[in-house]
Amino acid sequence: MSEAGPLPRPEPQYATAGQQAEAAAFGMWVFLATEILFFGGLLLAYTWLRASHPEGVAEAGRHTKVVIGSVNTLVLLTSSLTMALAVHAAEQGRRKALTRLLAVTALLGLLFLGLKGYEYHGEWTEHLVPGLNFHEDSPHARTIELFYFLYFLLTGIHGIHVTIGIGLIAWLALRARHGAFSARHYTPVEVTGLYWHFVDVVWIFLYPLIYLVGRSGP
Amino acid sequence: MTTATVTGKPDEPVVATRNYLTEGGVTLRSWLLTRDHKRIAILYTLSITFFFFVGGAAATLIRLNLVTPPGIFTPDIYNRLFTLHGVIMVWFFLIPSIPNTMGNFLIPLMIGAKDLAFPRLNLLSWYLYVGAGLLALFAILIGGVDTGWTFYTPFSSLYSNGYVVLALAAVLAVGFSSILTGLNFIVTTHRMRAPGMTWYRLPVFVWSNYATSVIMVLATPVLAITLILVAAERLLKVGIFDPALGGDPLLFQHLFWFYSHPAVYIMILPGFGVISEIVPCFARKPLFGYRFVVWSSIAISIIGFFVWAHHMFVAGISLYAGLVFSLLSYVIAVPSAIKVFNWTATLHKGWISFDAPMLYALGFIGLFTIGGLTGLFVANLAFDVHVTDTYFVVAHFHYIMVGGMVSAYFGGLHYWWPKVTGRLYPEWWARIAALLIFFGFNLTFFPQFILGYLGMERRYYSYPPEFQAWNILSSAGASVLAAGYALPFFYLGWSLFRGKRAGSNPWAATGLEWQTSSPPPTHNFDRTPTVTRPPYQYRPEPEPQDV
Repeated sequence: MSEAGPLPRPEPQYATAGQQAEAAAFGMWVFLATEILFFGGLLLAYTWLRASHPEGVAEAGRHTKVVIGSVNTLVLLTSSLTMALAVHAAEQGRRKALTRLLAVTALLGLLFLGLKGYEYHGEWTEHLVPGLNFHEDSPHARTIELFYFLYFLLTGIHGIHVTIGIGLIAWLALRARHGAFSARHYTPVEVTGLYWHFVDVVWIFLYPLIYLVGRSGP
Repeated sequence: MTTATVTGKPDEPVVATRNYLTEGGVTLRSWLLTRDHKRIAILYTLSITFFFFVGGAAATLIRLNLVTPPGIFTPDIYNRLFTLHGVIMVWFFLIPSIPNTMGNFLIPLMIGAKDLAFPRLNLLSWYLYVGAGLLALFAILIGGVDTGWTFYTPFSSLYSNGYVVLALAAVLAVGFSSILTGLNFIVTTHRMRAPGMTWYRLPVFVWSNYATSVIMVLATPVLAITLILVAAERLLKVGIFDPALGGDPLLFQHLFWFYSHPAVYIMILPGFGVISEIVPCFARKPLFGYRFVVWSSIAISIIGFFVWAHHMFVAGISLYAGLVFSLLSYVIAVPSAIKVFNWTATLHKGWISFDAPMLYALGFIGLFTIGGLTGLFVANLAFDVHVTDTYFVVAHFHYIMVGGMVSAYFGGLHYWWPKVTGRLYPEWWARIAALLIFFGFNLTFFPQFILGYLGMERRYYSYPPEFQAWNILSSAGASVLAAGYALPFFYLGWSLFRGKRAGSNPWAATGLEWQTSSPPPTHNFDRTPTVTRPPYQYRPEPEPQDV
């Protein structure tokens, strides 16, 4: 794969492989636009909650596990770096580097999910899971419950996205190992990279909204 | 004509034996696993027709119940009937109607492409639609839903005793189907155009579906997350919409209408596209003010995102918010009006013939204008307070959705029928059906304006006796309308086997879709066409028929 591999035959609806690659990347951008609005609805609900009950949200924020959240932010950002390096390796047709970088990205994703699961476990033992075992004595109990309701929805849906991303990247790593990509054909790597960076960007919004709220100021 | 040469190689026979209906096999498997946009369009047409009759049956029962107060159904069954009618008609007929049938069939043909950009995604979209439809039917059969199509909280999340979560899941799934369609259309329009097919040479039908797709892609996800929140609230008894749980029902209404008002434009913009194709063809004139028509579609899709709270004037939003949303709702009437003026100007001094597609198109222009003007009435804060939740609103949006979109759907169905099937429909019957639909529609819904103005509330199974005369008129109109809708089912079915062979271009129309044979071959064009001229190059005299 160090040499430029053969150009794959485009699907019948395309005139050239280049047109197919452009369509795939553009399709992913449009899909990400959809995703922004999808998370946007939840973030609006969060904004409403925080605007109407600022003190309750601040108190709820202090219940969150900021150390795990911060480590996870680091893990996910690092995985974005390895993903970017993977795309770069694909551009240059370096098969081994591509395979390894994809594998590292997938492993970092798994580490993120593991830490997230550990965090969920802690929240379960502290009776912070709304609808299932929520118990809280604070005067802001109702707001804290709603905060955790949104917390589980936001991080849960984000977690599903991470899981799908890990699956895609692991599959790419396997295909890369068998030499499926070359410097002339690496669209799947590029498009999955876009998706993975998006999942990362969502987390960059979630991190301060969940973990840092209520932890600053007097 | 739009193109220089796009017909087959000169030595090939003109008879379209090689077409998408037979190429690739005629087995059920070859249809259910097809990636051909034209076959998927046919699959959609069949399933959408089925749901149109399901939703229509519910409407028939509603009108039957309202003939003699207090009606023949219990209030509970009546609630389930209008919910069924709304849910099925909105998500399983109107939203996918023109985009997924004609859009699917025609967009690649009109831009000179072999297929949509993502054929597998297109098929997946149909399977999602069918799966969602079956789920919705299942929810109806085991007991139904009584929330109305709007699923307002806290009724839907706490009190309703229907199968709300199942219905929410069905709508969620059909939403993903429409996101995939929108995504596919956007990428196709950007990346798959034939050489020379510049943006300003695109038929308005493509532009309209493009504008629709933008709304599908950007609005539908908000509906998805809103439905997930309602379902979670209902299942876990925790949530942010129910005031008893610390939430706010207004938040639900904001989120719901942030999707559902733009969705109104999903339900009408493709109709604008169809009318913009039919009117120039049957007036033998270029579309007047092409760029204005194009940009008014785009303007509608953008401004449409900023008018949602006009559904909430009496829900408790602030007066200032009300003023702003009222003003914006007036603003969005401007691009809609531009279209009506431009179609009318296209007719001016045209060589008009009254074939069935044109009858539907003219009906559309009149009915849409009435629906649009009464839209201005309800955009007005003071008047809206008077008519909120009355039959005035029901009549207003049925003039747009049924008088507008369904007329456009039937107009388009007749206009492209020869292209899709290779056969001509019987013209006389088609004109009778178009007239029946027009008069039946007005008889059904005009009395509802009066009823609403007099104060008859919507969604009640019964009403005071003084409203009965108008209700009987409306129900009588509904039976005429039902006959009008049933007719095409028979004569179009007949024409599939006995209709005259159409030839590639029976209307002497411009546009790439008429340059290939009828029905088109699987890959649409034997050679990729090259486009050299703008669309709608009609001249004001009848051109000789294609030989």
